[in-house]
Amino acid sequence: MNRTLILAAEGHNPVVPQLAEVILGLVAFLLLFFVIKKFVSPRFEALYAERTAKIEGGIEKAEQAQAEAQRTLEQYKEQLAEARAEAARIRDDARAEGLQIIEELREQAQAESARIVAQGQHQLDAQRAQIVAELRADLGRTAVELASKVVGESLEDEARRRGTVDRFLNELDAVAAPANK
Amino acid sequence: MTTMVLAEGDKFVAPGVADFFLPDIVPGVTKPMVLLVLSIVIIGAFFLAASRNMKLIPGKFQFAAESVYDFGRNNIAREQIGAKDFKPFIPLILTIFCFVLVNNLFGLIPLVQFPTMSHIGFPLAVSLLVVYPVYHFVGFKRHGFVGYLKHQTVPPGAPWFVLPLLIPIEFFQKFILNPLTLAIRVFAAMFAGHLLLLVFTLAGEFLLLNGGLTVIVAPVSFAFALALTFLEALIMCLQAYIFALLSASYIGMALAEEH
Repeated sequence: MNRTLILAAEGHNPVVPQLAEVILGLVAFLLLFFVIKKFVSPRFEALYAERTAKIEGGIEKAEQAQAEAQRTLEQYKEQLAEARAEAARIRDDARAEGLQIIEELREQAQAESARIVAQGQHQLDAQRAQIVAELRADLGRTAVELASKVVGESLEDEARRRGTVDRFLNELDAVAAPANK
Repeated sequence: MTTMVLAEGDKFVAPGVADFFLPDIVPGVTKPMVLLVLSIVIIGAFFLAASRNMKLIPGKFQFAAESVYDFGRNNIAREQIGAKDFKPFIPLILTIFCFVLVNNLFGLIPLVQFPTMSHIGFPLAVSLLVVYPVYHFVGFKRHGFVGYLKHQTVPPGAPWFVLPLLIPIEFFQKFILNPLTLAIRVFAAMFAGHLLLLVFTLAGEFLLLNGGLTVIVAPVSFAFALALTFLEALIMCLQAYIFALLSASYIGMALAEEH
């Protein structure tokens, strides 16, 4: 019993492979390999590819958003610069316009003042003329009365009297005229 | 075996090779064979369930599956093969990693407790019949027959007079040794690890039941078994990682433009 047991044990040299086990090992391994290659690996790889695509897609999207933001920013800056230029232009225009208005107003005022001065002059002239005319009449009469009193006789003769007074006043005018100029 | 030890009474029989060759469950079908089939069912079901309804933002389950997938994809395949060529090899590397890992971990799962990879036939099937042909095939395809032989056996920059020595060594390593060491590495680690666990647990049991006074030493033995279990868990993961890493590395070297 013991002898045969030892023989049986000796019959299995652990370093010598058993053909049945090699064949079974190969078949089982290939079977498992087939399952993994055919079903498992493609699913995992597909998942990884999807994951990678998703991450890359996210990055791409973010980049797009960034580019969009950059573009908008530049647009805004451009618009801002335009608005600034516009404002400056408007300010310059307003200043120029203001100067022009002031100039116009000044001219108007000068014209107006000139007109007023001229009118005043004119009135003054008219009044002077009137006064001169009145004074001439008064002066004539007064002078005649004075003269008649002095002379003692009434210069009744109208024609003579008028002629004498006018002649005297004209002489007076001729003397005063250069001084009036 | 345990019952045999008990039946033989007070004489401790150390566990040996026979413990790795349990009687057939039904004639022709052994425990590792069942476990192997179970492993591909578990892995296949796990990934199929995780990938059936995938979302851009993963849930907990999908996240777990993605972590495993990413580990094979990025940490092993892309690192070793390079970002340019690694895509077609992802399923292969992932399958290797999961296949070896789950079969190793069977050694720790209660009631199962048998690392399938401690039967050399299984890792050998993967390394010699899958990895070996794949990396030489892609190498020949990329560099041409003579080009690939030269690429693999003549290291650039080697002085001409060492070439007669270097070429046979490189050839022997690349075309004969690599697939064998790849398989033996994981086989030996699993074999030895399982044997160690057996030794400490069976010894503990024997000391407890048959030892008389030595019964006080039994807890020490069990404690060692426990500690070794943690060590084994590390080694099991490590070996699966190394197996997949080296496979990817061979493919990467075969595809590389220069060494």
